[in-house]
Parts: sequence; C-alpha cells; structure tokens
Amino acid sequence: MRTVYAISGGVSKFTKARHDKTFQAIVKEAYDYCLNDIGLTPKQGIELIDGSVASYFSDHFSRQLMCGIMTQDYLGLTPKPGHRVEGGGATGGLCFQEAWKSVASGHMDVCMAYGFETMSHVQTWKGNEFIALASDVSFDYPVGGFYSGYYAMMVVRHCKEFGTTVEQMANVSVKNHINALYNPYAQKRMRIGIDDVRNSPMVAWPLTRLDICTMSDGAAAILFVSEEGLNRIEKATGTSIPKVKVTGIGRGTDAMRMSDRPHQSFDDFYAKNSLPNEQNEDSKAHYRELWDKGFRYPGIHSFRAGRMASRQAYAHAGIEDPLNDIDFVELHDAYTSSEIQTYEDMGLCRYGEGGAFAESGKAHVPGIDYGLKLEHEPICPVNPSGGLIACGHPVGATGLMQGVFGIWQLQGTIGKHLGDDTIQIKDPKRGVIHSHAGTGTYVSVSIMEKED
Amino acid sequence: MADNTKTTQEETLDGTVVYSLPFPEDMKDLEKMAPIVIKQPYQINYLHSYGQDSPFFAGLTNKKLLGTKCKDCGHTFATPKLACMECGGDCEWVEMPPQGRIHTFTVCQFGSEEFLPECPFILALIEFDGVDTLFLTRLLGLDSDNPSMDWVGMKVKPKFKRLSKLKPTDVWFIPA
Repeated sequence: MRTVYAISGGVSKFTKARHDKTFQAIVKEAYDYCLNDIGLTPKQGIELIDGSVASYFSDHFSRQLMCGIMTQDYLGLTPKPGHRVEGGGATGGLCFQEAWKSVASGHMDVCMAYGFETMSHVQTWKGNEFIALASDVSFDYPVGGFYSGYYAMMVVRHCKEFGTTVEQMANVSVKNHINALYNPYAQKRMRIGIDDVRNSPMVAWPLTRLDICTMSDGAAAILFVSEEGLNRIEKATGTSIPKVKVTGIGRGTDAMRMSDRPHQSFDDFYAKNSLPNEQNEDSKAHYRELWDKGFRYPGIHSFRAGRMASRQAYAHAGIEDPLNDIDFVELHDAYTSSEIQTYEDMGLCRYGEGGAFAESGKAHVPGIDYGLKLEHEPICPVNPSGGLIACGHPVGATGLMQGVFGIWQLQGTIGKHLGDDTIQIKDPKRGVIHSHAGTGTYVSVSIMEKED
Repeated sequence: MADNTKTTQEETLDGTVVYSLPFPEDMKDLEKMAPIVIKQPYQINYLHSYGQDSPFFAGLTNKKLLGTKCKDCGHTFATPKLACMECGGDCEWVEMPPQGRIHTFTVCQFGSEEFLPECPFILALIEFDGVDTLFLTRLLGLDSDNPSMDWVGMKVKPKFKRLSKLKPTDVWFIPA
C-alpha cells in the first residue's frame, strides 16, 4: 500500500433545513472550500482530481436514486471514475476509507471524497421512520422501530452491568454542546448544565432530547493524495501544503438485530477482542471480575464492531496505549450513551469504566470552563468539534466532517477555519476519527498523523 | 378519432396551481429568489415475504413462540435464523420456553411516525434459559410512567393476539 495524505477538507454549515440549495449545490460548497483552502480553483480541481467516492445514506430522504453521479456531474468531475458507498451511520467513515484505498492501491493519485445528507425533506418523525428501516423489517421495525429506543435499551443494559448513571451521560452532552460554542459550523451551540439535559423532554427512557443528536442538512469533502498527487498539486499552486498522513484504517461489523449479538465467554473475549493495553494482569483481573458477576461480551451494552475496528486500526498505526498515544478523537456520539460505550470500545478506558471516564475530565478540551467539577486534567479530548450531538448528523457527511475537523486540528488551522482557536488542541501529532452505523453494525476507525 | 397533432394540453386544478410568481425586471435579481418547495407524495404497498422465517408467524397464530436451533452446534436463536451465525450450519424450528426474563427495556415517549399514536410504549429484549439470543417485543402490564432499572431481570411470559395480523406484534410479554 502506498502512503496516503489527507491534505484538505471543507464542510457546509450543518443546519436543520437547507431549502436554498439542492444536495449537489450543498456538496459544492464543501468541495469548493476544500479546493480553495489549498489554493486551487474549481477549474484546477477538475484538471487535477483523478476520481471520487460519494457518501450518502438514504435514498428515502432524497427520493432520488443515483445522487452520487448527479453530484459528480454537478462538480464537473464526469467522466472520471467514481462510486457511492453506503453503510448507515458509518457511511462517511467508510467513504473516508474507500478514498484512502483508491489512493493507497495506486488506482488514483488524487481522490476527492464527498458526502451529504438532506434530511429536512421529510418531517422529523417520518425521518425517524426512514432511519428505523435500518433495522430488520420482519422482526424489529414492526415492533416499534425507533433508533432512540434501540440505543436506550442498549444503555439501560450498560447501566445495569456497570452502574453507569444518567448524570454521566448528561456530562457528555454538556461537554459537546459547550465545545460547539466555538464551532460556527455546528447546528446546536449551547451552554447547558447537567440539569438542562435531565429536564429536557424524555424521548426513550433514560435518553432525553439533549442526549440525542438531531437530523441535519449538510455536506463535507476531503481531498486524498499520494506522494505523486501531492507533487502535482503543489506544482499547480506553487505552495507547500502541510501533510496529514493516514496511518491506520480499521473496520468491524456486528449483527443487525441486537437480539442476535453474542454473549461470549471470558476466554473468547480475551483472545479475540482485547486490546494490547489490556494484556496485563491488572486488566485481566478486572475482566475476570466482570465475568464472575455475569458480564458477557459484547451483549447489547458494548459495540464489538467498534472494538474490532479500533483493534485493526491501532495495529496498523502501531498504537499500544490509546489514551496516551492519541491526542484527540472525533467519535460518533449520536447518543451520549454511545460516546460512553465508545470510550470503552476504543480502549480509552476499559469496559465498565466509561461512565467514570465521561465525568473525569480526561476527554474535555483544555482551557474551557464547562461549569462542571472535573477531577482530572484533559488527556485526550473527545469531540472537540461538538460531535454529532451538537454539530448535527447529516448522515453521509458526518464521518467526513470528523475527518475535516481532524485535518484542521493536525494542521493547526482550527482558528483560521472556525474564526476561534479555543478548541484547537495544542500541537497534536495524532488524531482518530470513528464512524458508527445502526446499533453498532458497521464501525470504522481511521487514524491521521501530522507529518513534519 | 383522436387528434394526435394537437398542440395544447388539458390543464387541471389538482396539486399546486400557480398563475405566475413575482418576477424581476433584471434577471440578475433571480439570484436573490427564495427557494420553491413543493410536496411530493409517495406511497407504496410492498409485497413483503417472510421467506424462510414464515413458520415463526404461523406459530404465532397458534399461540406458539418459535425459535431455531442449529443442527450442528446447538446454538439456539430466540429470533429465528435458519443459518447458524456461530458455525454456518442449518437450523431447525424449536419452541421457546414458556417464560423468560427482561434483559433490557425502554419506554418510547416518541417514535417513528407509524408508531407515534401508540406512544408511550415499552420496548424490551427478552432472554430465555437455555437460549443463546434475545427476542424484541413490547411489554404490557407495567407502568410506563414509572420505569425502573429493577425491571431488568423480571420474569415475563408471552401473550398472543387472537386475531393475528401476521406481524411480530402478534405476541407481547407481561409480568409472569
């Protein structure tokens, strides 16, 4: 595989409804921003780009098939190669990886990844119905298909297994909404407290409206290049572009029906699913104790796909101690509960410790007053952008949006792009993005590093 | 005889009808125009086949809750799967135990459009002794206004619709 750099990104403003433009034109906003940031005109883009990967989730929302090619021609990229990827909520993360593959394989030297979702074309509750069609329509959807309900059942079990509290979940909501105060691209930018989260309307017990991300219209784009592609672009612009290298790619899957998820033995878990930083006597004893109390893995409280994606990506990038080897994470917090579950899957803490980790301060951004009592200094900020909870979740754009914020963090250009550098992590070397689909069915983890 | 050379079309008053929208003198001003949003209805009846899972629904009409069991490794599915996820073997139909326990649950105060009129309702995953996977169902007979973590582990039993709709909601669970 060849070295791949992610050299530029762009996002449209994420917002409730973008009736002013069709999906192609919203993508073009993000795409033009991405080109312009490295000094390329749209015309130069057409000349230099070898092909593309398109990312969008639902044909139902757009009531239009083949949106990918309609975007490709709107951008002027026909007749170059391209294809669409789809994998539920992880669509954007999968697109990131497919674009990486296109370059790593030698098939392209310059590949544009673009994604979007326009969810405002139907009412919120119809939108929830479309999303719930990403569950088994014979056995799950007809019982009361509702994603917030599915995640609520998962976190109830997490609470039961580990004693995770609703206040710990609310802590995530407070952090992410306050982070978004410094991100003008975000949809919901609010200073809130734990009580606000708990007092907002109950959606699916124990998840309230402020525990859950919102539907959104938006787009994002990222340009991937090989060494050769970078030379070509730098020759065209006459400038040197700061390099962000993609150093790790991982994916995992799990059964669509939550009811089908396995309940593995300790030995199976330890052999197949544990991370390098869990290969020690202390962690072994921690897990042995959980199993003695009746814990089984992954059950429905943990996302095995997220763990396997992390394991693969960490092995690829040579990460052995995630919490200390990673400088920031943009992860898929469609629910506050899933952020907590994902801390554990990604090995930022062990299974069973996610709730305590959420309120420790370790995942907060340094220098921001959250109005919370945090006992620990930040170590690895999670969702400095505000995550899905605050930015919004225009599905096909989401995983790419994470990548864009990741690139900007590693280039040290958050201040330039957001007009405020409060959430700029100080001199980060390595960032990780995590994209997640339907109750943990597809999960992708991608690792980016700054190269001097 | 039909005139197939006619040059006008019959106009009707159904759907959105507009005689003319305000239009600027200068075409440049069109760039400031607000977006036009119309409604596009979309309705369809799918012919959904339960395929190899069909016997499960026949079971419900006979007040039987069926699962499947792998003929090779014995892995037992509370929600039927005819191919074993564990070993790839073929599965056969088996009846579930008469009682189970609440593995987890939630109360949906909101839901997808189709289910909004039924809110609030309780969704639960049920576990059974000797069965390796779970079953998604609705719970009745518990106060949805006062959900409690203590419900997890509660013994429950199935009840069946007398007039089957051939849907998984033909069965629901109540405290045993």
